[in-house]
Amino acid sequence: MSQLAFWRSGSTRVLPGFGLSMGISVLFISLVLLLPITGLFGQLSELSLAEYFAIITEGRLVASYMVTIGAAAVAALVNAVFGLLLAWVLVRYEFPGKRLLDALMDLPFALTTAVAGITLATLYAGNGWVGSIIEPMGLQIAYTWVGIALAMAFTSIPFVVRTVQPVLEDLPAEVDEAAMSLGATDGVAFRRVIMPHLWPALVTGTGLAFVRSLGEFGAIIFIAGNMPYETEITALMIFVKLQEYDYAGASAIASVVLFVSLALLLAINIWQGRFVRRLHGGKG
Amino acid sequence: MSIRLQNIAKHFANTQALEPISLDIHEGELVGLLGPSGSGKTALLRIIAVLENADSSPQPGKILFGDRDVTNVHVRDRRIGFVFQHYALFRHMSVYDNVAFGLTVMPKKRRPSNGEIRARVFRLLEMVQLQHLANRLPAQLSGGQQQRVSLARALAVEPAALLLDEPFGALDAKVRQDLRRWLRRLHDELNFTSVFVTHDQEEALELSDRVVVMSNGRIEQIDTPDTLYRAPKNRFVFEFLGDVNHLEGRVRNGMLTCGDAHLNVDLPDGDEELLLRPHEVRLAEEPSAESHLPVTITAISPVGAEVRVELEADWLAKPWLATVRHADFERLHMRRGQRLFAHPRQWHRFKEDAKTPEQQARVA
Repeated sequence: MSQLAFWRSGSTRVLPGFGLSMGISVLFISLVLLLPITGLFGQLSELSLAEYFAIITEGRLVASYMVTIGAAAVAALVNAVFGLLLAWVLVRYEFPGKRLLDALMDLPFALTTAVAGITLATLYAGNGWVGSIIEPMGLQIAYTWVGIALAMAFTSIPFVVRTVQPVLEDLPAEVDEAAMSLGATDGVAFRRVIMPHLWPALVTGTGLAFVRSLGEFGAIIFIAGNMPYETEITALMIFVKLQEYDYAGASAIASVVLFVSLALLLAINIWQGRFVRRLHGGKG
Repeated sequence: MSIRLQNIAKHFANTQALEPISLDIHEGELVGLLGPSGSGKTALLRIIAVLENADSSPQPGKILFGDRDVTNVHVRDRRIGFVFQHYALFRHMSVYDNVAFGLTVMPKKRRPSNGEIRARVFRLLEMVQLQHLANRLPAQLSGGQQQRVSLARALAVEPAALLLDEPFGALDAKVRQDLRRWLRRLHDELNFTSVFVTHDQEEALELSDRVVVMSNGRIEQIDTPDTLYRAPKNRFVFEFLGDVNHLEGRVRNGMLTCGDAHLNVDLPDGDEELLLRPHEVRLAEEPSAESHLPVTITAISPVGAEVRVELEADWLAKPWLATVRHADFERLHMRRGQRLFAHPRQWHRFKEDAKTPEQQARVA
């Protein structure tokens, strides 16, 4: 019914001009999103299926998949924990500098990732502030997969914080109080009352952070060291192919990243939609 | 279980939310904390529940449940049930799981068996008449039903006292009435000690055994609803408990004059302000020797047991409200714009400077 009303022309709505605005939207999406992707597939058409599979299963590239996915997974998990903590602190407590911390959360979005990468690299390299302290202790972060994960965690933490924050704001502190007044310990209240509300958002945020990490390039290459089979990420492999003027090869790798990201995003979206419906009075 | 508060104070940042307060609530009593917003009533309730901590300086207060000093006991160990204005139900749990929550989180040693929990939850749901909705989610219930679930949930752990923070505040008038009556009955049946917060005078007076009237972090009066209404200790209580008409004027030789209105009073010379309840104003077509208070009817509301009539006059700063019996209303053929004379049946007077309750009532 609402669907019908939506399409019917001549109905009074606050913003008129559905046809025009929809047209512009579609055009914009086509130019900015769909056209480059079409270009990508155009490049792919130069390859036969066998060639395509040969490229995307090449040993060095497979090693880079492992590095990327492994580091992204670690980064996402670390962000899940600390992002939740940050969101909790930002929502539930009042403290001086709260607004500043809140604004700071978006810094990774705003900062050029290459700048972040160079900063991290100089900080953790053997002669950097942190590196010079931890390397004598036998720990190395720069030029290892730990460094990659660190860079990924930096660029993707806002995803977790910004998805958990509104859900947490929606959960009144009274609910914790109710749980406590009924005799629940802090741990039980967290597990049985707070987490069931938060985990859909937390999973979504973590998923988004993971997907973001898969495609990250600028922040990572400076700290990764880029040793073949060890610390090469998939995005770098695309870059390498491009430098060799192997556009078809680059497109092949890019298509893999694209499919994985798209599949993950779609899965997150569908799953989240289902959960939200359940929580807001749909069929249990 | 009785609740005793000794010297409880609270301040937030720079504002004093509660001046040192002492209060005794008897076992099995239903006490209403009544006051305008910002009077400290909710702070007091939350302190009883330890959802808020009372000030520990300059003088530490004390909270006793029966003979047990619970001042430093955590909320989860105080054995109180707390009902929130906005229900605070666990939205992801079914009605059944909400009510069962307090039982299922008990330490293993004290936790009843699953069968027993089931039986108890259904007994409670039956009591709140919601057993047929046990499997629903809170979002699928109406406000009144949600509040009943929240009551059942609080009662499941057999609390020694039940604390309710504006329990009916978010409900509409009709549901509110029902729930109020129902809570009263439940209280009489189970006989637990209850304290509830409200800003609604009618609710406080109808429901409570005793009412604690608060303003600005102070207790103004603690009394039964009847005493409170008939013998308010000060002007704040009098004005807060119902509609009030003001009559300001100067007394000379036993007559209070205000513009072209005058009234014989038995008071010394000087400026005076008299207060009247709407039902203490009688309307007639003629003035009397005692009083000459000409008024004009500006609005009439005939709904209810009595007719509410709004009166204006040039000697009045604010319009008066009078309640008239339907019979008198018809006898005088009252209509808007009609000129009549008001006759106080009784009036009250509170001296601002004297803190002692000075109230005079007289029949005119």
